[in-house]
Amino acid sequence: MLTRWTRSGLMALATVILVTAAHATGDGPAPVFSLPARGGSTVDLSQFKGQVVMINFWASWCGPCRQEMPLLESIYKKYKPLGFTLLSVNVEPDQKDAEGFLKQTPVSFPVLFDAKSKVSGLYNVQGMPSTVFIDRKGNVRLMHVSYRPGDENLYMDQIRTLLRE
Amino acid sequence: MQLNGRHRQPRRWLAPAALALVCGLYGTASRTDVLPEDRADALVTHYTGGGQDINGISFLVRKKIGDHVSVSYNHLVDIVSGASIDVRTSGASPYRETRNQDGLNAAILYGKTTYTVGFSHSKEPDYQSNTESFGISQSMFGDLTTVSMTYRRTWNDVYKMLCIMRDEAGACVEKEHDPAFGVKDMDERSYGVGLTQILTRNSILSANFEVITDQGWLSNPYRSIMYADPTSGSGFGLAAEVDPSTRTSNALGLDYKYYLPWKAALDLQYRFFSDTWHIRSHTAQIGYTQPWRNWTFDGSFRFYKQTQADFYSDLFTSANQQNFMSRNRELSAFNSYTVGAGATYEFHVPHAPWINKSTANFRVDHFMFDYKDFRDALLIDPTAHVFAGAEPLYTVQLNVMQLFLSVWY
Amino acid sequence: MRTARRLLGLAAASCLLCQLCGCSPIEPWVKPYERERLADPIMAFDRNPVSSAYMDHVFEVRAAARGGNGAAGGGCGCN
Repeated sequence: MLTRWTRSGLMALATVILVTAAHATGDGPAPVFSLPARGGSTVDLSQFKGQVVMINFWASWCGPCRQEMPLLESIYKKYKPLGFTLLSVNVEPDQKDAEGFLKQTPVSFPVLFDAKSKVSGLYNVQGMPSTVFIDRKGNVRLMHVSYRPGDENLYMDQIRTLLRE
Repeated sequence: MQLNGRHRQPRRWLAPAALALVCGLYGTASRTDVLPEDRADALVTHYTGGGQDINGISFLVRKKIGDHVSVSYNHLVDIVSGASIDVRTSGASPYRETRNQDGLNAAILYGKTTYTVGFSHSKEPDYQSNTESFGISQSMFGDLTTVSMTYRRTWNDVYKMLCIMRDEAGACVEKEHDPAFGVKDMDERSYGVGLTQILTRNSILSANFEVITDQGWLSNPYRSIMYADPTSGSGFGLAAEVDPSTRTSNALGLDYKYYLPWKAALDLQYRFFSDTWHIRSHTAQIGYTQPWRNWTFDGSFRFYKQTQADFYSDLFTSANQQNFMSRNRELSAFNSYTVGAGATYEFHVPHAPWINKSTANFRVDHFMFDYKDFRDALLIDPTAHVFAGAEPLYTVQLNVMQLFLSVWY
Repeated sequence: MRTARRLLGLAAASCLLCQLCGCSPIEPWVKPYERERLADPIMAFDRNPVSSAYMDHVFEVRAAARGGNGAAGGGCGCN
């Protein structure tokens, strides 16, 4: 017969598993949004339907975010011709800091400004940086939190899988 | 079926162990937190006051190795010259001494947990100290909370220097370890817990509780007690101090930082200290940091107040008044006020793209000590009617200057 | 009463366990993308470790109090 402690332990274990499971990989259609972009235009997520979209939430004060920028630039250049786009969403209230960083680390992909954290909230960003992969049908397929050296391979694997669909 | 009426011991360890295992697996799967930044610092210090001049140089180098480890090495040299009031009161002469210290530290990050391990060795002619330290810190609740635990152990070997050769002026030119004193040892252990909590977008609070326990020879070989001696011309006699051989202390420190809307930071600190020698102290500090273009300016004011150890007295009635006796001003009742100001200038190093950031820094701190029961024994002069126990209270002012360069790469 | 206490203890333990395991039933009230002020170097507890280690040493040598001044964690929240 299960002792009191073992029963409590198993209940706690079940809770952990259930709660963790809820935070697993993405689900459902990607929330649509439109944000001002660098250069003055406005970018809307729906204009990329049919393409594989990678949204990267970043800030200039975040070390790992700055570290992965050049790698995102090479990923963008490599897969853009195949129907891929990268939307870089800067979450800072003041554009000046982002502009300062981009001057030193220029990128060619669109940089959007989410100064009021509207889109960060929509996507329930759990950490900095956060990278979301959206398939051609507009569904969120994966949300990756954090950047560690080597994660760019994970990004490329995911992009290739979604491009093949 | 219980045959002899005694219940089998439930396997209490099983559930928590299973949880720990599952947790460990999930823990390593989630990836958060960052290691300390790679940096190098070179510091030059100048301390002056109370009859002493201490010049120091120190440097630190920190570098990440791989994704999970960050190591640092630091080296420090302090050159002490002159003589404090305690040394002069006991009749010793000014001296010059060098202290060297080396330290090695590593931080290891897995998931949300950071492990730290460190070793340090300090050596001066009459004091050798070795320290090992371990720490573990864990971030939780969406990285808003960090909990940490530290353990530190220090072994000290204490010697007493004896002057074996003086020059014509009487200043000591050669010293050696006093064979009569030999070597005494002291063991210190420190246990600390800390909690850092992000309160709002603009504020963060840190609380630290540390218990430190000492055992062994805790006295100072150069500190003497003074006792009333009507038979001597001066009216007093000197004898070696005797501190208890154990001491346990508790300290609770709080540090609150607030981001001011015009881009500045306010820092408020408070610490309460008490120990088994009945010393109680309060430390309160307010600090302000203001960045402006390439500059960052800091200002601070610190107030410190302590009560005396129960075996402390400025003047004892006899050389054997009690078991433990000390006239060490660091164990006496006093207030101290420290005003500090600093400036940092961030500059660009040409032709060095591997340097992310570099700063030049200068800081001055001015200390005022106001002793409540420690008198300036050098002013005792029975012929001028300044008797032991009635001489003026000692006050001292110190200036500490720091100049340092920091580089991030 | 005992069941209530046990459930409370269980909830607290699960909560703590969840934190250690990386999941989070308590929603952080400061979002990761709202940490720009806390990540500013002027908000760091120990901006210049070599300098503060030296000052801590000076304070400790000249007084009886020691300890209680370490601080871990804080600012960036970068994952």
